[in-house]
Amino acid sequence: MADANRGTRRGFLGAAAAGAGTLLLSGCRGLSETHWFPKVLDSAEGLTKRIQRLFAGSWSLAPEYSKADLSPVFKANGTLNPGTTAYNMAAADNFRDWRIPVSGLVKNPFVMSLNDLRAFPSRTQITRHDCVEGWSCIGEWTGAPLRLILDKADPLPKARYVVFYCADPMSDNGDYYYESLDLIEACHPQTILAYEMNGQPLAIPHGAPVRLRCERQLGYKHAKYVERIELVESFAHINGGKGGYWEDQGYTWWAGI
Amino acid sequence: METRLISGLEARLRAARAQAAGAWQSYLVWWRERMTKRELFYRHTGMVRALHWINALCLLVMLMSGLQIFNAHPALYWGQISNFDHPFVSLFGEQDNAGHIVKGVTQIGHWQFNTTGLFGASYEDGQLTARGFPDWVTLPGPQWLAMGRLWHFFFAWILVINGLAFITYALVKQHAQKDLFPTRADIRHIGREILDHLRLRFPKGEAAKRYNALQKIAYFTVIFVLGPLIVLTGLTMSPTMDSVFPGLLWVFGGRQSARTIHFICAFSFLGFFIIHIVMVVLSGTWNNLRSMITGWYAIEPDEKETSHG
Repeated sequence: MADANRGTRRGFLGAAAAGAGTLLLSGCRGLSETHWFPKVLDSAEGLTKRIQRLFAGSWSLAPEYSKADLSPVFKANGTLNPGTTAYNMAAADNFRDWRIPVSGLVKNPFVMSLNDLRAFPSRTQITRHDCVEGWSCIGEWTGAPLRLILDKADPLPKARYVVFYCADPMSDNGDYYYESLDLIEACHPQTILAYEMNGQPLAIPHGAPVRLRCERQLGYKHAKYVERIELVESFAHINGGKGGYWEDQGYTWWAGI
Repeated sequence: METRLISGLEARLRAARAQAAGAWQSYLVWWRERMTKRELFYRHTGMVRALHWINALCLLVMLMSGLQIFNAHPALYWGQISNFDHPFVSLFGEQDNAGHIVKGVTQIGHWQFNTTGLFGASYEDGQLTARGFPDWVTLPGPQWLAMGRLWHFFFAWILVINGLAFITYALVKQHAQKDLFPTRADIRHIGREILDHLRLRFPKGEAAKRYNALQKIAYFTVIFVLGPLIVLTGLTMSPTMDSVFPGLLWVFGGRQSARTIHFICAFSFLGFFIIHIVMVVLSGTWNNLRSMITGWYAIEPDEKETSHG
């Protein structure tokens, strides 16, 4: 009798635990699919950003490495080739006619050729690229500090974000990759518009002819195939309104963690 | 014949009833004696109980959302970078010629194990799919890195605030010094205690009011070693924090090493959790649960201590 009771009690506890587990899992999945709950979870993003900025300020430098640390194979992720007619033609011509307009909330909008970009004082840095998926590679990047380009454009006081529009289409609906940085990250000494990787002109899988490097942020911030730069007060009106292609898919705008 | 049968049955029923009543009576006597003999002891303060359950919820969410994040790149490396050809640990799915996933493989160093259905490849809506950990242990279930990160970093804050609250409380109220830090005597008795644990012989009487050496070492390690270690290795994975504290990279031997240590810490937490639950069940589920909900823990009298054994 006692054994039978124990059996049913154990059975009940087991069933209750399994039931609670299933309820928890489906509950978490259900919560994730609501409109409001991800917003609650995302409230931590602002806290993380503020605290990290408190420590990092505008000046803390990402670690730099030596040539001995370079990854034998630097993984190319995301778009490996934009493949559009315009891009293919530009690539066939070695990007000779590639122009990057710098516009928006600036006193002095201008258009840069690759030669103009190379004419800026350059910075070379060996840094670690951390993908949001979890892997890391080390590469050497040469480019023009974004700060010098912004100085030339002379932002208006209202300008808060720098938006990078890219040449790689992300779907058939006409949306292209884009990203944004605030002025603190944009003016950071290690934030450069890179045109060389490991001493060679940037290869197509890595964002030829120009990609962004912002070394205190995760990989998806480092926009490849940059073809236009705009200074804005807010990015709410651009595409999905979250400040970047992956941000519009639910990734956080603050990519410092 | 019929009447005799009925009366025989009645007699048996009567005897059974008397027996049952007798059993009930003796059970009541035993219960009353037990209730009067045992001592209720206020074991956990309200603060400790609240922090314990918040911590339990956070750790569960952190583990499951962490496995979701891990599944985005189910491989571990040692050093600064990912040496994609030589992972330290890797969970992957193998395809046949037609491109269907047919096998889940767990690779540790040079060894490969077939872990189909569990690691490397598991069933998602009846379909064998390549994924590190199966969907019934990841949060949320389907592959969804962005959402896993939202859960992980929201609950990380609660876990850290909760953990700091506990450590501060435990140090200020002397709970850590009196109850959690192992003493010299604890270390000396450790051999006997391991034997007692293996025999499932749990302390009674006065001894049950204190944590024994194994409990102290377990709680101390989890709270003061594993907790800080998993937070610091987590921070080492943040490129912004690496720019602030590059020393973290030096301490853990690189970002990918930190990720691997973070993973090992997570599974150490899981190991602690499993042992913790098993010990709770073996040493009295309801008594332990009651003490962590209401604070009151019943002490069984030690037969050796009381004269009327």
